[in-house]
Amino acid sequence: MQYLPNLLFALILLSGIWFFVRNVGKLRRNIGLGKDRDVSDNRPRRWKNMARIALGQSKMVVRPVAGAMHIIVYLGFIIINVEVLEIIIDGLLGTHRVFAPLGPLYDFLIAAFEILAFLVIVAVVVFWLRRNALRLARFVKPEMKGWPSRDGNMILYIELVLMFLFLSMNAADFRLQQLEVAHYTKAGTFPVSQFLAGLMEGLPVASLILVERTAWWLHILGILFFLNYLYYSKHLHILLAFPNTFFASLNPPGQFRNLEAVTREVRLMTDPSADPYAAPEEGTGPPEKFGASDVTDLSWVQLLAAYTCTECGRCTSECPANQTGKKLSPRKIMMDTRDRLEEVGKNIDANKGTFVEDGKQLLNDYISPEELWACTSCNACVQACPVSIDPLSIIMDMRQYLVMEQSAAPAELNAMMGNIENNGAPWPFNQMDRLNWAKDS
Amino acid sequence: MAEALKIPTMAEYAAEGKQPEVLFWVGCAGSFDDRAKKITKAFVRILTRAGVDFAVLGTEESCTGDPAKRAGNEFLFQMQAVTNIEVLNGYGITRIVTACPHCFNTLKNEYPGLGGTYQVMHHTKFINELLKEGRLRLEGGKFKGKRITYHDPCYLGRANNIYEAPRELIEKLDAELREMKNCKQRGLCCGAGGAQMFKEPEKGEKDVNMARTEQALETEAGIIAAACPFCNTMLTDGVKGKEKEGQVAVMDIAELIAQAEDL
Repeated sequence: MQYLPNLLFALILLSGIWFFVRNVGKLRRNIGLGKDRDVSDNRPRRWKNMARIALGQSKMVVRPVAGAMHIIVYLGFIIINVEVLEIIIDGLLGTHRVFAPLGPLYDFLIAAFEILAFLVIVAVVVFWLRRNALRLARFVKPEMKGWPSRDGNMILYIELVLMFLFLSMNAADFRLQQLEVAHYTKAGTFPVSQFLAGLMEGLPVASLILVERTAWWLHILGILFFLNYLYYSKHLHILLAFPNTFFASLNPPGQFRNLEAVTREVRLMTDPSADPYAAPEEGTGPPEKFGASDVTDLSWVQLLAAYTCTECGRCTSECPANQTGKKLSPRKIMMDTRDRLEEVGKNIDANKGTFVEDGKQLLNDYISPEELWACTSCNACVQACPVSIDPLSIIMDMRQYLVMEQSAAPAELNAMMGNIENNGAPWPFNQMDRLNWAKDS
Repeated sequence: MAEALKIPTMAEYAAEGKQPEVLFWVGCAGSFDDRAKKITKAFVRILTRAGVDFAVLGTEESCTGDPAKRAGNEFLFQMQAVTNIEVLNGYGITRIVTACPHCFNTLKNEYPGLGGTYQVMHHTKFINELLKEGRLRLEGGKFKGKRITYHDPCYLGRANNIYEAPRELIEKLDAELREMKNCKQRGLCCGAGGAQMFKEPEKGEKDVNMARTEQALETEAGIIAAACPFCNTMLTDGVKGKEKEGQVAVMDIAELIAQAEDL
């Protein structure tokens, strides 16, 4: 019986981790539904980007207030996790504050965790106010209605509760240490929770132990819950920001990908010696379709980006189309891509590993042509994204489908393209008049 | 305007067995659009003054395919690209300068993958180099103290990370450069990119060019400097829409330099 708590702890820990690993597997499978893309080039630059943008948060601080607050929560998250390591060891071995022998270093660590926890609470409150009291424009756009908005608040509540549990645990522990209760070794300094401990004065030892144990258990249970909440939430960015910044395009943002399948056809058309009846080489036949109408037509890098998006809306608030009241929102492009991918994933799960046609696709059912045609390809969204997501590439892939598969460009664009085809200029001028400007000078 | 412009073509150069120092890629707007043609001529005057040995393709030039690609017609884009590359490679072109950021971006970034690799420069960068090499001198007196704001073309700035070359030129004019609320990496688009130039905007509260023009007018600058023929059109329309065309001029950087030098 003595080892019951340890066993219970091990069981809960393992199932928490098992459930998480299972979801990561799903995530990998879904991302793998995307088309192949070779991103094995220039590793050193990719590592550098990841270190600078994800680890170093370099693009977060473009907006100083949100950036500074975010860095606090981020540091809090990473550093306080050292404490989680101690909690796990204590839980498994039945020890208490197993790192206490570190002495002054331990005191310093606990103090640092406490101060960070306090700062995280401040930041989380500010974040909540920005979303719910100040109602900053980017947090109340149409695509944020319902679940996305609740999700955003939910994450803040979980973080708040976790920090309070951490501090309450320390406060009760501190009181128990002062009362020299057995098992509660004197260790750590408590610059923040000592004030909470003040509120616990007069509580009997039994109650203090109850508070300490309850807070300790709820804290670790909360962490395991949060770990598993990630997959169902926009909060996956805390993990995926790293691969996403690593795999993001290294080309100048103005460089759009040249479609190889088109290159082959163009070569065939322009090469006088090409044999149009020759059998296509293995693996070089025309693709099933040009461009993208569903998530499986996108590359896995784009799908990874969709899961990475944390719906901060910096892209949308910088988007000239969105700023002037058009329907396009780059954030919605990413959210739609993720939601459709999840739908496809669930379809595969429900049908024993194969996708059964559901009569839906990303185009029209999620993203309308009106949104796609409002884009000016200005790259403001790409520049704004703190984790190197490229919504523009998805917009362009979907435009390719509309134009090359469906001939569904707006009429004026068809006229423009007709002009290029016939006269080599987007306007109806004769190519032979191209040097006329020199004459009338 | 004193001297007549001499515009040599690549065909003429090839006939004489000569190779120019640089090819001036004029672009569709620069060739056909009445407003942009003035920019083309201003740039040619600068090239002539600096003694740059340049040539144009003339009737052998064709759309780079940029608007087709951004509109989703990869097929048409690559047809254009392959045809242009054949002409450029046929003449053995190695250096290209252009006054259009869209042509610049496409030639520089998207042609190499299709067999056309050149050293491509935007005219603001090229003029800057002429000044640094001492081939062009700038007194700048004409614009001394005048307030100028600069609009970053998306395909020059964000797309290709060129923010300083145009600004350095404005500063060389001894003008007071007043930045807009959104500038450089956070510059606001004029509304023409992504083939929007050739279509009506989607339904919304206002047009993008008006939003940008408002930012430009907030600086109370008398001149809005642009470095792209399409931005120029959009902002000129915006200024007209605000009935400010009497007070505020939209000018290309090349025009500013040419005017400063009485070219």
